[in-house]
Amino acid sequence: MSDVNTATTALDAERAEKEYSGPMLAADGTPLKRSLNRALRRQKMRALLLIAPLLIFVLVTFIAPIADMLFRSVENEIVQNTLPRTTKALDQWSGEDGTTPDAPVYKALYQDIYVAQERKLHTRLGSRLNYELTGASSLFRKSGRGVDDIGEVYQDQFEDLNAFWKKGENWNEIFGSDAWLAQIKDWKKASGTPQPVFEMRDGIADIFPQTASYYLIFADFVQTVDEDNLYKEDPWPLIYSAFYDDMAGDTAAAIASYSGPGATEIAEAAAAAPGFETVDYKAAFVKIDKDWGASPIWGTIRAYSPKFTSGYFLNAVDMQKSADGPQLRPENERIYGTLFLRTLFMSVCITLSCILLGYPVGWILANLPARSANLLMILVLLPFWTSLLVRTSAWKVMLQQQGVVNDTLVWLGVVADDSRLALINNQTGTIIAMTHILLPFMILPLYSVMKTVPPSYLRAAKSLGATNWTAFWRVYFPQSVPGIGAGSILVFILSIGYYITPEIVGGTTGTFISNRIAYHISSSLNWGLAAALGAILLAVVLGLYYAYDKIVGIDNVKLGG
Amino acid sequence: MKFTTTLLASSAIVGAGTLAFADAHGNMAKEMTLVSWGGAYQSSQDKAYVQPYLGMNSDVSAVWDESSAEAVAKLRAMNEAGNVTWDLVDVVAADAIRLCDEGLAMEIDADEVLAAAPDGTPASEDFGDLLVSDCFIPQIVYSTTFGYRTDMVGDTPPTKICDVFDLEAYPGKRALEKRPINNMEWALLCDGVEKADVYDVLATPEGQEKALAKLGTIKDSVIWWSAGADTPQLLADGEIVMGSTYNGRLFSVIEEQKQPVAMLWDAQVFDLDGWIIPAGLPADRLARVMDFVKFATDTQRLADQSQYISYGPARLSSAPMVGKHADLGIDMAPHMPTDPKNAENTFLYNYEFWADYRDDIDAKFQAWLAQ
Repeated sequence: MSDVNTATTALDAERAEKEYSGPMLAADGTPLKRSLNRALRRQKMRALLLIAPLLIFVLVTFIAPIADMLFRSVENEIVQNTLPRTTKALDQWSGEDGTTPDAPVYKALYQDIYVAQERKLHTRLGSRLNYELTGASSLFRKSGRGVDDIGEVYQDQFEDLNAFWKKGENWNEIFGSDAWLAQIKDWKKASGTPQPVFEMRDGIADIFPQTASYYLIFADFVQTVDEDNLYKEDPWPLIYSAFYDDMAGDTAAAIASYSGPGATEIAEAAAAAPGFETVDYKAAFVKIDKDWGASPIWGTIRAYSPKFTSGYFLNAVDMQKSADGPQLRPENERIYGTLFLRTLFMSVCITLSCILLGYPVGWILANLPARSANLLMILVLLPFWTSLLVRTSAWKVMLQQQGVVNDTLVWLGVVADDSRLALINNQTGTIIAMTHILLPFMILPLYSVMKTVPPSYLRAAKSLGATNWTAFWRVYFPQSVPGIGAGSILVFILSIGYYITPEIVGGTTGTFISNRIAYHISSSLNWGLAAALGAILLAVVLGLYYAYDKIVGIDNVKLGG
Repeated sequence: MKFTTTLLASSAIVGAGTLAFADAHGNMAKEMTLVSWGGAYQSSQDKAYVQPYLGMNSDVSAVWDESSAEAVAKLRAMNEAGNVTWDLVDVVAADAIRLCDEGLAMEIDADEVLAAAPDGTPASEDFGDLLVSDCFIPQIVYSTTFGYRTDMVGDTPPTKICDVFDLEAYPGKRALEKRPINNMEWALLCDGVEKADVYDVLATPEGQEKALAKLGTIKDSVIWWSAGADTPQLLADGEIVMGSTYNGRLFSVIEEQKQPVAMLWDAQVFDLDGWIIPAGLPADRLARVMDFVKFATDTQRLADQSQYISYGPARLSSAPMVGKHADLGIDMAPHMPTDPKNAENTFLYNYEFWADYRDDIDAKFQAWLAQ
């Protein structure tokens, strides 16, 4: 039997081998391709692991912050997050100029602002909207202060009706679940254990839907933000107005049959509520500030209520949102277009003057004997060891009208004393100072490329009859072009993002777009606009780099060798 | 109702107060990071109250961070990152209001947190109107005003703000701050607008045009500064005839460096500088800061500060105690912006107006500058 079995298995194997027409197998029977791949993958993984620290470092400290910052240029959640009910209710509004929204929107606004001012978010929204509409900042600050009074109308009436409504304990008995009530009564702040998280009584939300929803917000705020004992905390005026709304709302029948804690007081309140003095929310807001009774603020809230906005980018290209779509800003407010063009133009000027000044220096460095070249190199590098601010401030002393340069020129009789040259606080100042500061970035790549050009080429050219100029221009210069390319890219990209030097020596005509970006980051706090300007700048640089690669070829750029 | 809320609020604060007190004796951080402006001002704070405090509490150390100029942006970034490393931050009042608006600064009850005057006047009355924000603890009153070269103005030195706009009588360059605040007010004032109407006019686009047009008459002769040290340097080098800056900077040019410069106090703009406590500090650090700030802003300490710098103490009760300069030995009172002789015609920085109009007017101003 066993023989037969061996024979059949051998036959099977033979047949299988014949039928097998797939890829080659490795010694262990797996396909060779897969096994090779596995080995390669292992190698790749090892390489990846080796660079992982750097990769993670770059991702975390460079790519992620930049991505986050760029995201701010379109992100606009603050309006919707702070005024959720208002922005929803505003959908009903026609948005026509000269009209204002209906009463429900004002009521929603009251509820939103009340919650926001407790959390101190309303002023933040005010600052945000003030970028779009002058006056929004104080409008929201005032409204935050004023909303307390609006809700107190109902609060006072309920409390006058029955002192029962004054006490936080009574409200908690109605809205809190029995299990939670038992826990909270035992809890003491001093004990150090966390406060039992508020739990809504079953079914109460069906009877008092609005009150219940605000009570949840209130409870959460008291427990997590204020960290006070919720059981003893008296409710916000907002709760009383929601309570009144429920009394007058669709659930009147359910309220009438309510039988839980405080049933007698609720029945009494339900009976009295129809006779209560009511609040005209619109009038109340217009009383706080008449701007609430006009369309601009509402138009702005509506225009900026989506989660993402193009507003920052429009602003960054001197445009604004309007009822008829984006349009150019009035002439006296346009600035960014001018600044972008100026930044590009001046960066080109600075790059050119760096080439002009740096090329001879690089040439001398490359052709001097090593010892004197090293000494010169130290002189080139010396500015790197001095603070940027010091160097820039030194230029102020040099270039100002009563400065060293002008004094020398007057002494030499080149310029008259009463017509001293304006060398600073304008474009000239920026170009001079930045050329000086960026010069090493041009000289170093030039030097390292020139170092590799064999001097024998020039000699050969001359021995073949070339003039000095022809030998330089036809033989030497083409070989140094990669150095110019590398130096130019370095200098141009560095200068396009510079802001300290232009700020100090640029006056009004020599400042760059980065100065406005810095202003919006650190002074006006309009980070969205700063991010939009930065994104445009980044896109311009990448675009120029792409064009450079297409025209010159990035392979032609050498930093050495 | 109002009454119950107040009662509740105050009892809550008393609760917080006792808590802080308990911490004060149990658990206070040993290190404070104080943020200020650097230079002479920070040094006056260091001498007047930081060193004395450290002397009394030998186990505590203080670290200075000279970041007040970017304090708002940095605090916002720290807050977003959830790691606030500063304990007490010196900012101008406008920044304090913004930090308070953004929820980045802690609201405080002046009477609870700050020391009463020696005669028992509560802090809120002693500081009075200078408590311009619920988060702000004022230290000094400073002013932005003009200085001029005495050797470059001939026999009739300038006495009025409008002399700044008079190129015929006072030819030469002037230095103005590279921002609309203050410049727009001065321009309108010299364009015939009544002082009381300045902000009403400036709120309108026409008024803004008017102010820029007035500034346009001297635009070619203006050097725009962005750092407070610029004007003193320009004055000392004779680069400008007159220029605006903070009065303390001019004091040091005149009295310490003995330059031929004099003050033009007319239409000086008062502003305030003070502390804010970042929101959300851990209890031990908060307790330390509270302890320090109570000491550092008491009547004696604020008066002491004026020995080192010519800024007026923010407390009423400190004013009579202003003495002589610590090194120069000269009387400081006549150099204070609040001295009656200097304060004949003054503005107070209009915080509410500029909070609203800053973004709008600044855009127009910068566009105008770039033209």
